[in-house]
Amino acid sequence: MTETELSKRLRRTASDKPEVEVDFSPAAALLAERLLPAALEIIARYPEGRSRSALLPLLHLVQTEQGFVSPGGVAFCAEVLGINKAQVGAVATFYTMYKRRPTGEYLVSVCTNTLCNTLGGQEVYDQLVEHLGVGHDETTADGRITLEHAECLAACDYAPVVTVNYDFAVDEATPEAAIGLVDQLRNGQQPTLSRGSRICSLKEMQLQLAGFSDSRAGAVADGPAGAPTLRGVNLAQEHGIAVANFDPDTPITRTKPSPREESRGKLATVAEKATSALRTAAGKIEAAAGKVEAAAEAAGTASNQPAGDGKPTGDSVRNKEQK
Amino acid sequence: MTQPGRAVLQKLTPVLTKRWLSPDAWKIGVYERLDGYAALRKALDVHPDDLIQLIKDSGLRGRGGAGFPTGLKWGFIPQGDGKPHYLVINADEGEPGTCKDLPLMTYDPHSLVEGAIIAAYAIRANRAFIYIRGEAVHAARRLRNAVDEARAKGYLGQNILGSGFDLELVVHSGAGAYICGEETALLDSLEGFRGQPRLRPPFPAIAGLYASPTVVNNVGTIASVPYIVLGGADWWKSMGTEKSSGPMIYSLSGRIVNPGQYECGLGITLRELIELAGGMKPGHTLKFWTPGGSSTPLLTADHIDTAMDFEGVAAAGSILGTTAMQIFSDQDCPVYSTWRWLEFYHHESCGKCTPCREGNYWMVRTYRRILSGEGTHSDLDTLQDTADNIFGRSFCGLGDGAATPVMSTLKFFRQDYLDYIEGRTAPRLSAKALVGAH
Repeated sequence: MTETELSKRLRRTASDKPEVEVDFSPAAALLAERLLPAALEIIARYPEGRSRSALLPLLHLVQTEQGFVSPGGVAFCAEVLGINKAQVGAVATFYTMYKRRPTGEYLVSVCTNTLCNTLGGQEVYDQLVEHLGVGHDETTADGRITLEHAECLAACDYAPVVTVNYDFAVDEATPEAAIGLVDQLRNGQQPTLSRGSRICSLKEMQLQLAGFSDSRAGAVADGPAGAPTLRGVNLAQEHGIAVANFDPDTPITRTKPSPREESRGKLATVAEKATSALRTAAGKIEAAAGKVEAAAEAAGTASNQPAGDGKPTGDSVRNKEQK
Repeated sequence: MTQPGRAVLQKLTPVLTKRWLSPDAWKIGVYERLDGYAALRKALDVHPDDLIQLIKDSGLRGRGGAGFPTGLKWGFIPQGDGKPHYLVINADEGEPGTCKDLPLMTYDPHSLVEGAIIAAYAIRANRAFIYIRGEAVHAARRLRNAVDEARAKGYLGQNILGSGFDLELVVHSGAGAYICGEETALLDSLEGFRGQPRLRPPFPAIAGLYASPTVVNNVGTIASVPYIVLGGADWWKSMGTEKSSGPMIYSLSGRIVNPGQYECGLGITLRELIELAGGMKPGHTLKFWTPGGSSTPLLTADHIDTAMDFEGVAAAGSILGTTAMQIFSDQDCPVYSTWRWLEFYHHESCGKCTPCREGNYWMVRTYRRILSGEGTHSDLDTLQDTADNIFGRSFCGLGDGAATPVMSTLKFFRQDYLDYIEGRTAPRLSAKALVGAH
């Protein structure tokens, strides 16, 4: 891979020395060398003691390197989270977006659920199968395209739809338009997607799926709204229709003071007594409030230990209650 | 194409969709100019209990399908219990036909972020998660950008706007599992497990995420909150009906001239919505439609004047669901459509409970046989029996959702089934598809 956003990002994070020392097995070591800093960043998003929540993003992260979840990827996730490989494998095989075989540079998905199907999606898919010579979840010999038929992609007002790396690529698709798209992709061109962002590789997309912001210039701004999205609101505007009597200053019925008002009140009392002590007192109140919150979260974590047997915490609570 | 009349146009209520007209509304500066974050400032000056009461007074009901009163749900969260509370936003939009949350998050992401901060403040949660469907990459891109912008402006993080309230908001992408739209399966998934539903009780309000009190709300529900905080409960109730208040984004797709998103007060009828959408496509006559995604029992042309609110659709024997109306005509086959939906449910069944896992497996095969011209009359009894044994006997709503198109098409379109079985309709699938069917 050339110098992409992905490799730049990984290079940057790799230079930050992680504080956590994990002894990785040979199977996981190669990935750990590349992905550990990013993995720790992901884990830090979740509450202390709840690192398993990072598993889905970590599996996406593993796919930034390999394009699929390899046995080494499973090992890496398991070791970084301190759970076993069977637990990771059970999750990785449950979700459609974790691929079990190497994928192409681009994932082309055609919706063939009922509505798209009825309006021609099946025809689009069938013709792509014929044109590319691959079937569902298969990759072209040049490694460019993995094809799949997808279930409802939540764009029925544009049916039938085709996506590239999950970004909306062709709306109201015809077989010709879809074939044109894959030909461009195979020729190394960069087609403009109908409502998605500028194109990147499937591996790069996985970094966003792992929860990292898209840092490519202009990428967030890409993807204008299409006509169907705006139909209702445009119709209202054309005919001067708006919801009447909207007053943003409508008062909210109050039965007690807000916490902000209460703390202001406290500060005022303190100020009257000793103006010079104001800052210290406020600092103490804030620190105390912080302590209460931290204590609450710690107490919650302590009383609800993550289940060790592969069961979510909600299940174990119920089991305890039933006993 | 027919032009909608004035009376029907008056039923449009652009509230949640209004900012979509501003192409840069996803940027925080533009959002702030369009009333953005004004509701947050207002809310932080009010006691959380008063905010919960406001939402109760507004009559807001969940926009994810079940229509549970939002204020009541927030009120279930025990206060002063010493446990952390969580707000989880269900952005796992995947119900076939549904396409209202993705545009909202893509073109007006800050409205969801602002609603999330207010909701978290009301239930006293210091962490919130937006569980967004994995495939929704552009919406997630805009949302993550919005969260970054909001944090930089002090709307997220420590001591928000000097209120002493802290909130961390994480956008968590799923990985392609329809079942994670079910709230307890979503929580399991968010905890890093297979997305499988939990037995209730305990409900999430008592033992949700990490076994702590949790509110799970749909995107549309949370995005409605800032408008209610600004405009007030009475203004909100000026739209919709007495029991189903407020505006709703209706997603129209299929055999109509102008498919798209139409935001109207709850209680509008399909006849009126079709008029807004420019009428049926030339040469097409309405035959069947889903009121709220494929998991809601199909309705027919006879139900065209049903009020599209929670009560009206229930009275017609279906469910309002996600107001995703997929419209099919006399040129579409209800048997084929149901088969394709069942392939979906079969694929998405999480495998936890037997009726759904096995029932869908066998129903799919029965449909393939009928559509290949190999069906028998007893197949219809088998389908009815299987659907009856899935419906109400599955662990979660996915099984019910799978059974409903089967039961409703058998009820309304039995003749279409018989036409395949008795050879009057040409087979839609080749018998070859039966060999080695996976």
